[in-house]
This record gives sequence, C-alpha cells and structure tokens, in this order.
Amino acid sequence: MSTPILEVRNLKVQYATPAGPAQAVSDVSFDLAPGEFLAVVGESGCGKSTMLFSIAQLLNYPAETVSGSVKFDGIDLTSLSAEDLRQHRWRDISVVMQSAMNALNPTLSIAAQLADVCRAHTDWRDDKIDRRSAEVLEMVSIDVAHLKSFPFQLSGGMRQRAMIAMALLLEPKLIIMDEPTSALDVVAQRSLMRQVENLRQSLGFAVLFVTHDMSVVSHFSDRLAVMYAGEIVELGATREVFDHSRHPYSNGLMDAFPSIVGDKKELTGIAGNPPSLVNPPGGCLFAPRCHFATDECREYRPELISVEGHAVRCHLVNSRVRS
Amino acid sequence: MSDVVLKVDKLSRYFRVGGFRSAGTLHAADEVSFEVAPSEIVALVGESGSGKSTIARVLAGLYPPTSGQITFEGRVQGKRASRQVRGQMPMVFQDPFGSINPVLRVGHSLQRSLKLHRPELDKAGRQVEAVSLVERVGLLPGAEVLHRFPHELSGGQRQRLGFAQALASRPSLILADEPVSMLDVSIRIGLLNVMRALRDEEHVSLLYITHDLSSARYVADRMIVLYAGRIVEEGTTDEVIADPSHPYTRLLMATAPDPRLPLAHDTDVVDLGEPPKVINPGPGCRFAPRCPLAMEQCRSSTPTMVQLSLTKRVACFAVEQR
Repeated sequence: MSTPILEVRNLKVQYATPAGPAQAVSDVSFDLAPGEFLAVVGESGCGKSTMLFSIAQLLNYPAETVSGSVKFDGIDLTSLSAEDLRQHRWRDISVVMQSAMNALNPTLSIAAQLADVCRAHTDWRDDKIDRRSAEVLEMVSIDVAHLKSFPFQLSGGMRQRAMIAMALLLEPKLIIMDEPTSALDVVAQRSLMRQVENLRQSLGFAVLFVTHDMSVVSHFSDRLAVMYAGEIVELGATREVFDHSRHPYSNGLMDAFPSIVGDKKELTGIAGNPPSLVNPPGGCLFAPRCHFATDECREYRPELISVEGHAVRCHLVNSRVRS
Repeated sequence: MSDVVLKVDKLSRYFRVGGFRSAGTLHAADEVSFEVAPSEIVALVGESGSGKSTIARVLAGLYPPTSGQITFEGRVQGKRASRQVRGQMPMVFQDPFGSINPVLRVGHSLQRSLKLHRPELDKAGRQVEAVSLVERVGLLPGAEVLHRFPHELSGGQRQRLGFAQALASRPSLILADEPVSMLDVSIRIGLLNVMRALRDEEHVSLLYITHDLSSARYVADRMIVLYAGRIVEEGTTDEVIADPSHPYTRLLMATAPDPRLPLAHDTDVVDLGEPPKVINPGPGCRFAPRCPLAMEQCRSSTPTMVQLSLTKRVACFAVEQR
C-alpha cells in the first residue's frame, strides 16, 4: 500500500457530562490510502460522527480530543493552530454534512455559496470562480442554470449533490462524508452513491464515509469499519466483512436488515442496548449483549488484531486464530 | 375476499398551491382504490411525493378527501372521521421524538387514550390494561415503563410506545406512516417484528407506509406501489418482488440497497431522476418522462389498472402490450 493520506492513531474523544467524562471514541486507529473509500458503520451513539468531527478538527466543548494523532499527508492536524488548519480546509479536506438543508444557507443562491468558499480559500478572480462553479455543478449532474437557484428550489437529492459539488471545488485529497444519504429516498440514494463513486474514480480523492445503514455502502466502499461503543470492532475489505463477518456484533448487524432476495427468514436483530460510555463495563464492551461471552470477555478488553488485513476485536475470534 | 376492513374507492386529495396569480392544484393522490382484509399487512410503497402519507392522513381524518369514498368496516365515511373511527383506525407517526408529549409520563398518555376510547374500564381496569398494552409491544417490565418520561426511552422504544398507544382503542386497522425510517437499521427489525406480532396475535390489519422495499417484503402480505399520486402496481408481496411488472417498480428494485444483491450495472445512469410534483396534470402516464419503455401512447393517455393475475394488477401500456 502506498503512503497513507490519513493516519489515525489511538484517537480518543471524551464528552464532559455531569456524571463524568463519557468515552465517545476510544483508541481508534486506521490508515486511509490515497483514493481509497473507507466506510464506517455503527448504531447511533457509537461515536462514528464524533470520530469524523475529531478527524476534521471540528469538535467543540463538551467534546474534546483527549489523545491520539491525526496525520494528514504527514502533518499532524491535532497540533495545528486554527489559522494553519484553515489552510487545509476545503483545499485538502472537505466535509459533507448529513443534512444539506441545514448546511446550505437558505438566503443565498448556490452560486454565491460556491463563490464564498473560493474567496475564503483562494485568490481566484470572479471569472475563474464562475467557471469552476459551473464545472463542479456539471460534475454532479446539476444543470448550470441552478447556479442562480436558492436551496429551497432544489430537491433533497440535488441539495445533497450541490454540497458535494462544493466539496469538490478546490480538488481536495480527502472528502469526509457524514451520512449524506440518510435523508434521501432509495432512488436518490443510489444516484448519489453512483455519483460519488464515479467522481472518486475520475478525480482520485479518498473518501471517509459514515453511515448507520451498511447496505448503502456495500457496493461502493473498498474497506468497511464496524464501530461499537466508540471502538472499531471489525475492519476489513468490504466484501470480506459482509460475506465472512467475524465479530458477533457485525454478525448481528448483518442479520438485522431484511433482504429483497433469497429466502424469507425470521430476523431478530441484536437484543439489549449499547453500554453506558461514562461507566463502561470492564471487559469487552459488547460482552453484555453477546451470546458467546465467556468470563475472559467480561474480564479483559480485547485488542483489535489483524490477520491478513481483516482486523477483529474479539477474544473468541482471536483465540481461534491463535490456535 | 368478501371480508374487508377498509375499502378505498377512487380517493383523491388535491391541494391548492401557489399564490393568487400562479394558483395551481397539486394532485397528491389521484383516484386511488384499494382494499385491506382483516389481519393483513398492506404496504404502501413509494418515494417522497408519491402521496403515500397523504392517503394515510386522509384515512386518519386529518384532511377530508377531495373526492372518493372510504368504507370502513362496512360503513361509508363522511367528510370528517368521527372520534370512534379515529379510534378504530389510529395512526403511528414517523417521528418518535415529535409524536409523544415530552412532559407527561408514558402511563399518563396511555391512560388518556384508554379513558377516551374504552369507557367501560374503571381506574383499576385501565391500569391493568395499560401495563398489558406496553408489554404486548415488547416494553418490559410494563409497570416500570409506564412511570418513565419519554426522554428516558430510546427511539425504538418510543415507536413501540406509539404502537401501544394505537392499540389502546382495540383498533381493527393501524395506519403506520414510515414507523421505522427514523430508527437505526439495527433497531428497525424489532419494530417490524412487533408489527407482525400485532397481525398474528391481535389480528389487527396494518397499512404500512414505507419507501423501503426490503422491509415491506419482510412484513407485508400485499404491496401497493404508488407513483406521483397514482397506484402503478399492486399484488401479493412475493409476486411483486419476484416479478415486478411496472418499470417504476423495477427501478425501485434495482436501487434498493441490498448487500446480498450483486450490483446491477444496468443502473449505471448517474441521475435516475425524481418523481414530479403533479400540479395541474394533463393526461398521460406520470412515469413516462423517466420511463425507458415510454411510447407515444404513454404521453397522450393515462393507463388504467389491468389485471395480470388473480392478485396482481398494473397500470402500464408497455406491460399491457406484452
């Protein structure tokens, strides 16, 4: 693998709560290669969005990145000042938020919002800005006439695509996406994923994509990380994780959604709720909900151990590997 | 199937949109007809703007219909649903955070439904009934749940409470408007199982409104596909999924995110289009502008429902020709 564009090491994020600090993200490490598409899936509250925000250095009180490093292209983002960070935002890393309706300014036209990004981060002249704005809209198959439109005049899918156009303006090397499809209908969802995939192949940016619905990314991401209670519990090639998931939690997730093909079978989902992050259980965080939990699981926290590029955080799986 | 709980006949609901000079009529639901049998789950499937929620809201009596007839348990309904009908056909809403009063305990809200719709129960009877209601939707232990405030429940638990609330009036039909779409994927299945249990154990019928074909396949006996206010295909769930006839149903099938399905490369088109807003519509099939099979006839006249098999009907000229 070539030098990673993003190296996340032992990232730890806490939220200050009246009951004490809550471990929203604990000990998350991964690499992202240039042009790679990594999807992160997990239930709400598993820390996946917090992790993204921490990587993009967008966290505010009460959330705080306690330790760990985020290296982008060799530079540690956690150590940069606000002004230095600004040099990288939009140019190198851009973020597409979940709700395009709230992320776009309702009182400005699309053209004005695209120009705003260019003015803040480049010294381009107006004609160049206009040209580039038209270019990025075309890339996401929005008619150039919509430059003059206001967000309310676009449909949900188009708004989300306009956000992606904005993210593409300055040709970043990494685009971070926080559930961009969750407010969309299935057909619009599929169009959007296609679009992201085509653009990634032609422009070569890397994608870090967070979602609670792993079926959305199943056909598009290169690798898949499953998060539970602030930890990555499984990480591997997407097809590999889908077809041969090893962690009991990932197995549960796979069984949680009905399919439109194959036999109809009874599905049960995963019983119980995620643990408290203020007073997490001592051993494996999934042990209280796990059918296979042993005394070892309740006692000791398992490590994320990788075998041939497929990493799993589970005593049972890892002891099977050892023997 | 002479035994029918709900019969909807040529139901239309229009909305006036625009200002004084640009006024138009939005056809949210246009001549929609279907039936629901006892202990049956019928899925009403469509994208946003297809009119599926409008139909539910008209049935629940939140809006009067523009035209058409609703027959519920053999009685033709008037313009406004009576309290009794609303009790018999309660609705579970999409948003579990906006549909429960946050300042009242769970028990209080349930007791109110019972007071209104079950006058034969005394205070002790209501208490017993409330506990049994929440336990029937899988909220355990019932007595303790009743003492909680809504903020102490998770999204999935709140939606279960929505179903308990609906059950309070011993309905024959529950209108479920995208009850799982705001929940996490991992929690959805539990709710879908609750819906199945209500059908199998309480013998309630459900009208399940959704845009998700795979969940419709999991719970529903029959499926009605809506596009831009009109029914385009109807049949048993297995039939529709195994052999979708209408080009729109096929589009929905092709775009359904399902990791167990190989990626269909014929859907390589990046912009799959969007359903139109149907303002002052002319004749013609509403799917024609997006349809790969569209012919001259599709643009000039409106297809009507044609019986394909005993249970399956479709409105499409191209299918008719074959």
